[in-house]
Amino acid sequence: MATTTLNDVAAATGEHTAAHSHSPGFIGTYLFSRDHKIIGIQFLLSSLIWFLVGGLMAAAIRWQLAWPWSDLPVLGNWLFAQQGGQISPEYYTMLVTMHGTVMVFFVVIPILAGAFGNYLIPLMIGADDMAFPTLNMLSYWFMWPAFICLMMAFTAPGYGPASGWTSYPPLAVLEQAAPGSGLAQTLWLTGLTFAGISSMMGSINYITTIVQMRAEGMTFFRMPMTIWGMLITAVLQAFALPVLTAAFVMQISDRVLGTCFFIPEGLAVAQMEPAGGGGQVLLWQHLFWFYSHPAVYIMLLPAMGMASDILSGMSRKPLFGYRPMVYSILAIALLGFIVWGHHMFVSGMQPMVGVLFMLSTILIALPSGIKTFNWLGTLWGGRLQLSTGMLFCVGFIAMFVIGGLSGVLMAVAPVDIFIHDTYYIVAHFHYVLFGGTSMIVLGAIYHWYPKMFGRMMSERLGKVHFFLTFVLMNCVFFPMHFLGAQGMPRRYSDFMHTDSFAHLQPVNEFITYSLFLMLAGQAVFILNFFGSMLFGRRAGDNPWKLNTLEWATPSPPPHGNFPQPVKVYRGPYEYSVPNRELDYWMQSEPELGATDAKQGSDHE
Amino acid sequence: MNRYWALLFALVPILAVGLYLIAAFGFGSIGDWSLAGLWLPENANPHAWAIDHLFDLVHIICGVVLALTTSVLAWIVWRFADHPGRTEKASYITHHNLLEWVWTLIPAMILVFLAFYQLGVWEDNKMKVPTRVVNDHEVPVEPMALVVGKQFGWEVYYPGEDGQLSTLDDVRVENELVLPVGKPIVLRVEAKDVLHSFAIPSLRIKQDVVPGMTQLVWFQIDKPGTYEILCMELCGWGHYKMRARLKAVEEGEPLATNR
Repeated sequence: MATTTLNDVAAATGEHTAAHSHSPGFIGTYLFSRDHKIIGIQFLLSSLIWFLVGGLMAAAIRWQLAWPWSDLPVLGNWLFAQQGGQISPEYYTMLVTMHGTVMVFFVVIPILAGAFGNYLIPLMIGADDMAFPTLNMLSYWFMWPAFICLMMAFTAPGYGPASGWTSYPPLAVLEQAAPGSGLAQTLWLTGLTFAGISSMMGSINYITTIVQMRAEGMTFFRMPMTIWGMLITAVLQAFALPVLTAAFVMQISDRVLGTCFFIPEGLAVAQMEPAGGGGQVLLWQHLFWFYSHPAVYIMLLPAMGMASDILSGMSRKPLFGYRPMVYSILAIALLGFIVWGHHMFVSGMQPMVGVLFMLSTILIALPSGIKTFNWLGTLWGGRLQLSTGMLFCVGFIAMFVIGGLSGVLMAVAPVDIFIHDTYYIVAHFHYVLFGGTSMIVLGAIYHWYPKMFGRMMSERLGKVHFFLTFVLMNCVFFPMHFLGAQGMPRRYSDFMHTDSFAHLQPVNEFITYSLFLMLAGQAVFILNFFGSMLFGRRAGDNPWKLNTLEWATPSPPPHGNFPQPVKVYRGPYEYSVPNRELDYWMQSEPELGATDAKQGSDHE
Repeated sequence: MNRYWALLFALVPILAVGLYLIAAFGFGSIGDWSLAGLWLPENANPHAWAIDHLFDLVHIICGVVLALTTSVLAWIVWRFADHPGRTEKASYITHHNLLEWVWTLIPAMILVFLAFYQLGVWEDNKMKVPTRVVNDHEVPVEPMALVVGKQFGWEVYYPGEDGQLSTLDDVRVENELVLPVGKPIVLRVEAKDVLHSFAIPSLRIKQDVVPGMTQLVWFQIDKPGTYEILCMELCGWGHYKMRARLKAVEEGEPLATNR
């Protein structure tokens, strides 16, 4: 069923015939490539660069929190010459805004869907490329207007948008409300609309590819968890993103065309009455979180899928409870659409509605718990190959337990009254997004790097990198729970003059030192990443001895992925099957004895 | 050699639980960087004790789950890490339905318990305005003052001689709220320009104030003293300095003076 449609799609679009018929040259191969592998690597590299930018912003934020209003070293004299090298409060709110924006929209989402989704989907399902290669190329190049808009925003008045990554009106809508709410905010909105279009193109492509282009024998329940994660994520994107895009267009229209979707009657901002009125401030929050809560799962589910594959393969053991794992992803995705109101418990939303959101939010803890227990079940009784990639995934389980459990605190609405908008929240989502997603992403880079570049990364440097990252991320984020328990608010550029929080300065200082060390530790990774391209050991087809289809082709895979069309004979987790000499059994390896009959019926 | 990574993972339950105990019970300070006593700040609102109770309860439940799961993880790494000389293969187990039910239903029961256990607290804090009895009828307590958030401070309005808020003789004070101890207090909160959040950590009060909406917050203060009012919703560059003081005084002392 699947292979015939594969050929149909290829014939219908004419992409593959065109791509194969002539050699595309340097620009066609590496720049405007329609090969999913090149596009994936393009996404990977640009996301990693933005990861560095976002990390440096975090460093500047932490600098200000540990030693408020002291001169910023190195960059201070260049950026803030007028203020004598200090970070100004305007600049601080801009940093907080852009750190969140960059990390969410330019790092986590594109690195998961864009980089790993692109690279792994066709390889893991045995397809020769995406269903729509040109659309795929466009989805990468639509990120560039977004990049350019955000970079331009840094040069706009106020140094950039400064109303938080959530961009709540009226602060974000009214130009006189904040220095960054002028041109910079419009650029922010425009840029993120482009990023949204890029994601949408990707989603459509991923859904079509996974549904239509699976190799023969690759039934839905023989797909690796990575593919399940990517598929469900793409569906979430496709349904949630239009709402965010609509909200962005409404906010742009409020700012540029003079509509009043989000501007209520009778505001007096900076002694100026804005014209119009009649809008609803809370409407934005509903629209924004209707996308951005599913986005939390968009930022997590593909990573969980990759972790499941790495954990199972490197334990040499079948994934424990494959079906419950799939069903819990589905449950998370469905429930993910009805929990957005837990971001708004104290927003002024009718408290009775809050009760419903509280109930649904508590429910969503359940499938996350099931996944964690199944990972433990997968490791139990295994023969753990503690490669760097595996270590990151085991570390992820521990971090996800912390981040997931602190989420229960937030779901309990009365407790949320106290911890809302404090560092408890900051600790929670960094445990999920850094301790969770980013740890898996780093692990996945170590794990699939041999496939991408044909060479192994250094395991010794990798383990140093894992050790530094794991220890120091906890030094950075764990104390934040206690800052939050004290009630310390987010997005304050200075605590020293408050009565309630000045005594927390030593803790803030400790966090800042730890972050600087953690950032410095990433140099080991950068060195390893680029050094291994030149000096790494040759990987061979299947360095980790795994089952899934991407390991059944050369590293790096040729254009078109598989020298011969592949056929799938079994599920992806047949490790350590009794009475077999090898402890892995590739999905594409024919059964003994049945080989001739099967190959005789092969339509190729 | 590989199995020694288990020691690193074993630090997770040990340090996580240990640091929480230090924070909650306030012992074991090491120099300046101490977490001792960094738990909830003092609570001066007798009606909000239940919030603290829930905070502690959920931490205990989550702490037990955290300690168990991460200890098991560390033990698994110790026990099952591959090492040279190991001949035994990994076991071939694909699923176990009874286990799935166990680890679905037990957490489900705990979560359902939590969901219902907290409903009353939420109702008391956000839905049930305090009442007083007038002529055998329960009537809602009248707002004692109006607090308006603006960039970057709080305007406080008390009723003037007519006893009504939002009339011409209201008394206006900036960044200072004086309230009596020992009786239920209702405040009206509004915003003038952008979103703010009216938050008093030591009374467990937090309510975003929304331009175009009027809302009520209620609490009681059982100890005279000064409490800090903070803005907890990003409201612009001066967000960090948008503070006010709440002075709790014995009943009978004047609440506001005309300036």
